[in-house]
Amino acid sequence: MNAQNASASVALTTRPNGAGAAAVLAAGIGAFVLAVFAILADRSAAIKSLMIFSKPTGPLSGVTTCAIVLWLAVWAILHARWRNRSVALARINAAAFALLILGLLLTFPPIADLF
Amino acid sequence: MEITARGLWTLIHGMGFGALYLLACSGALVELYRRYSPQNLAPLVQNEEKFLRIYLVAMAALAWLAVLSGAYIVYPWYRAAPPPDAANLAAFPQRLLMASPTTSGWHSLGMEWKEHVAWIAPISITMAASVVLQYGRGLKNHPQLRAAVLVFVWTSLLAAGVAGFFGAMINKNAPVEGGPVIHIVQGEQK
Repeated sequence: MNAQNASASVALTTRPNGAGAAAVLAAGIGAFVLAVFAILADRSAAIKSLMIFSKPTGPLSGVTTCAIVLWLAVWAILHARWRNRSVALARINAAAFALLILGLLLTFPPIADLF
Repeated sequence: MEITARGLWTLIHGMGFGALYLLACSGALVELYRRYSPQNLAPLVQNEEKFLRIYLVAMAALAWLAVLSGAYIVYPWYRAAPPPDAANLAAFPQRLLMASPTTSGWHSLGMEWKEHVAWIAPISITMAASVVLQYGRGLKNHPQLRAAVLVFVWTSLLAAGVAGFFGAMINKNAPVEGGPVIHIVQGEQK
């Protein structure tokens, strides 16, 4: 193994998990806020009207655009804070999975209609 | 043999992007299990790693193309409101489904779920692609990160599967049709 490969190998094994954790948690948050925005637009006529970014697509355009913007913003902030750190990934995974499952469940109409 | 412009776009959205994404998911899951398993002691070949990175980025592009073409090209035709005196609802799929109690569930449950849950697929696969791009073979040393990537890829498969199933069933009950007719092949005359 030459010196370049050795240093690359060390970098790979020692790379902190923060950047990955930021992506994981942000994705969980993205899935959750998507469902929350969808419920809000369905329950409130004022929010529904605000969410019409594109008239042919209707409120879906605003719901998804807002969720994507928020997801990317959270990802950027977490990445900036965590990229050079190692974080407690077990807890972050648990939070991200919970948010992801909630996101999936809350998009299901019979559950969304409970709110 | 002919197809309408709207029918063609629906085909591109559903089969070109959506179904291809679903097929690609299984390949991604197998490769992520196999290559980055801590039990796999074989060294990762750089070319194979590069291939997986390109594969995941292509999957993310497919997922985004599927939801964007669905929301901004096909969905407006689906939800278009008919004029008050319209007798034939064939060109207004949502209203056609809602007009009968035997089909209204395809909209109130199917489309209402599909139009939102589908977006979880590109969010999840973009995260997975980003982690693999950043960590590459180093993912072997982060089993929890690898587990998170696998959970999100499974979830994206589930979300895309729900969207694909309802998309196919909705289009079977109330197809999105209209626009210019494209002649594909001239049939034989009897």
